[in-house]
Amino acid sequence: MPEELTINGPDNMLLNMGPQHPSTHGVIRFVLETDGEVVAKATPVVGYLHRGVEKIATELTYSQFMPISDRLDYVASMCGNLAWCEAVERMAGIEVPRRAQFLRVIAAELNRISSHLVAVGSFCNDVGGVTPLVVALREREAINDILELLSGARLTYNYMRLGGVSRDMSDKCRQDTAAFLDHFPPALDEFNRLITYNKIFIKRLADIAVVTQEEAKAYGLNGPNLRGSGIRFDLRRNDPYSVYPELDFEIPVGEGFAGQVGDCYDRYMVRINEMYESVKIVRQCLEMMPDGELTSKVARVLKIKAGERYTRTESARGEMGIYIVSKGDKTPYRVRVRTSSYSALSIFEKLSPGLMIADLVAVIGSFDIVAPEIDR
Amino acid sequence: MRFFADSLIETWPFLQGWPPWLVYTLVMFAFGAVVLFGFVSLFAGIVTVVERRIAARMQFRIGPNRVGYQGCLQWLADGIKNFTKEDLTPAGASKMLYLFAPYLVFTGLFLTFVALPFGQALVISDLNVGIFYILAVSSFVTVGLVLAGWASNNKWALLGGIRSAAQIVSYEIPTGLAVLTVVLMSGTLSTQGIISSQGIWPWDWFASANPFAFIIFIIFFISTLAEGNRVPFDLPEAESELVAGYNVEYSGMRFVFFFFAEYANLFVMGALTAILFFGGWNSPFNWSTSLFGLFPQPLEVSGTLFFMTKALSFVVLIIWLRWTLPRLRVDQLMVVCWQYLTPIAFVCMLGTAFWMVGAHRWGALDYVKYPIFLFGVFLVLAMAARTVRNIRLVGDPVDLNPFQ
Amino acid sequence: MTAEEIYRHGLERIPAGTLGELAAEAVQPWVTVTPASLLDVLTVFRDDPALAFECLDCLTVTDIMDEGQMEVVYHLYSYKHQHLFVVKSRTGRDEPQVPSVTGLWPAADWYEREQYDMFGVRFTGHPNLTRLFLPDEWVGHPMRLDWKEGETALGIPTSRPDPLVKKDAEAGGGADA
Repeated sequence: MPEELTINGPDNMLLNMGPQHPSTHGVIRFVLETDGEVVAKATPVVGYLHRGVEKIATELTYSQFMPISDRLDYVASMCGNLAWCEAVERMAGIEVPRRAQFLRVIAAELNRISSHLVAVGSFCNDVGGVTPLVVALREREAINDILELLSGARLTYNYMRLGGVSRDMSDKCRQDTAAFLDHFPPALDEFNRLITYNKIFIKRLADIAVVTQEEAKAYGLNGPNLRGSGIRFDLRRNDPYSVYPELDFEIPVGEGFAGQVGDCYDRYMVRINEMYESVKIVRQCLEMMPDGELTSKVARVLKIKAGERYTRTESARGEMGIYIVSKGDKTPYRVRVRTSSYSALSIFEKLSPGLMIADLVAVIGSFDIVAPEIDR
Repeated sequence: MRFFADSLIETWPFLQGWPPWLVYTLVMFAFGAVVLFGFVSLFAGIVTVVERRIAARMQFRIGPNRVGYQGCLQWLADGIKNFTKEDLTPAGASKMLYLFAPYLVFTGLFLTFVALPFGQALVISDLNVGIFYILAVSSFVTVGLVLAGWASNNKWALLGGIRSAAQIVSYEIPTGLAVLTVVLMSGTLSTQGIISSQGIWPWDWFASANPFAFIIFIIFFISTLAEGNRVPFDLPEAESELVAGYNVEYSGMRFVFFFFAEYANLFVMGALTAILFFGGWNSPFNWSTSLFGLFPQPLEVSGTLFFMTKALSFVVLIIWLRWTLPRLRVDQLMVVCWQYLTPIAFVCMLGTAFWMVGAHRWGALDYVKYPIFLFGVFLVLAMAARTVRNIRLVGDPVDLNPFQ
Repeated sequence: MTAEEIYRHGLERIPAGTLGELAAEAVQPWVTVTPASLLDVLTVFRDDPALAFECLDCLTVTDIMDEGQMEVVYHLYSYKHQHLFVVKSRTGRDEPQVPSVTGLWPAADWYEREQYDMFGVRFTGHPNLTRLFLPDEWVGHPMRLDWKEGETALGIPTSRPDPLVKKDAEAGGGADA
């Protein structure tokens, strides 16, 4: 690390990274102040994808917002669906049939696996390994096929409905899912042998951008990023919703696998281990899923009595909190969406001094940032 | 070459009326031009297709298979496409240097082919400083890359150029030491001399001459990876960090020059490893042909075949590495060079020198080459076994047919 | 702890009168605090070991146009005790101003910039209160309920002729001719 690192130093170079840089994972821009290869300061500039989701939500009815919730985080749109459903249903007191609950969890967990696959794959691509990305996307392809059978779409699913889900799981879909669950853990082992235990990979990530527990809490990091810092906290377990309390799964945390707790490698390993856990969850769900109704009776245009509620669910990237204020109309009065990538990016300015440009790319990848989730 | 020209004059009578110096010069130029612009482009092009096909097979894809048989003419289609593209010069670029840089890279690499022996007689010029000459002209590449990076008026390109300068200049040292060790063993700088001082059989090659030589071979291979900007040392063009590095602003024909130079370099790397450590064109057979009387002097085919097989195996190995490994960071790259490779290379060079003195006195030391050879075979077999084991563990069907 | 316990615990440690009534009938009860005493209250909430709200989970501004007020909502969360609490603070709509809590939770940095960007609430004491999402030269705060979209935004027209309507008009014109 450099001895003297000055912001606004005379020899510093201002470097514009993005918004169309290959490693910013979407349209984010970083204004870097570098001294050679070493970054003195990195300022994220966001807003290139701002679509005003919170404003749109106040113009639409509760059920009309469902497709928009796909687009909050398009890599894990089932989780966005689930977040919105939970937020509205808990506020309106809607009961969801058990079969629908299980279907939701299956869909969300499969989507979590696919989202983590994209995360770790593109992360490997960021540090220079191209093939791991393709291996990860090969597995994701199988999930896309399953979710296509389930919902009819491959990216933005719009699968869930207030009070249930839109379609039942076909026999073929069920068989494919079961086959995938058998196939996936060995495939993930292969992925690990390919890249996770690679010496260069570990050297690149260990002890880079260490986030301590206090920092992680204070900056509001959550999801895998929070667990990467060694905090065993998962909303599926600590503030459970849907059928998660009945399911048996572990919460992986960063344990300093290669260096200090909370470095890039820990965040990466948390995601890898979470995929194994998600496989367990889906397997249990397939066994426990009862027959029954898909949706409960919900008014076509739902009106929620005046009140407010902040509901948090565990999306693939972490907590997705939805705060709804209702005045008793058919549209919400105010909707606020709190997402995980947003917090992850806000800690960036603090972490960046002293990193090299190559590290910076790795850190962006390790936080698994998805631009539309930040800008909303 | 002179001998070749003389025999041409004998074969074709109409040349006899010409002044001999003119014939010599013309033969020289024609041969050089044919080799440099036909042969080398062909090599670079075919290596691109090979790399893309291998990469595709590693990534469960098919790869280019539309142009020509199994995509073997893909490079030609890409080349033609790129030659018809607009040649952009960014505003604010230092125009002359910007336009000049690709040629420098191109020239530097293609000049190395002058001293690469493809067979006992198949060498454009058997310079008595051959290997030194190769090291010297390939340094043009560095200058070209730095120029390209600097003249583009783009900070990413500048970073790429500077990275490549730092990297290539640093790795010249272990490479040079490795070459020096080989020169020590062979006693000559001429590439042909180096090859002929190695024997036909694998245990006679310099890689297994003594334990130090084996280590220096590994160092040489790693260093050439870095000098050729290949993974895991592809920092000058790290596409996920520097977008495309030094060539980010180049388009069309000039980009193709960089691209072809890179792949020509890939072949040069493989060829140098084969020449220095693996016996070059030495072969136990002696097949030759005069190509239906077209050439006055028979060309030995077996030597060239052996040389190409060796060189291309290393090319495939380098491609394999590229599609498997992630990339090092700049500081780690320098640590690898200065803290590990350079000191070890020095030790190995001295070790080889002492070994040679020792072997002169105690002839028994000469037999160490057999265990080293066996160790090398063991390494290759272990790698193959591991690959098979990995494939078994996944349980996916393995399709070894490359043509589908 | 439940919200009532948190509230009662807070009452003991905070000077009387600063903490408003607990809206206990709500699903997630909240307490209202004046902007002037907001920092003191939140500091206690963060630092008291029994409350230990280490995390500012969400910061929301709600525009309550009917009452001419802006409501700033702080969702606090404690990983230690795993409880959530809501603190609200109201300020006038014309020149909304509340103290910044970036000193307590660095996470508030971006939240406050975003809410300033969208609602124009000035968070006094924020180290860098600039727009987060919108360009710096943007005029107005688009999430305010009385915000009207202009003819152009940053020189780009905000509306365009409806291609379907135009086609109809042309067809009609053709018929007239």
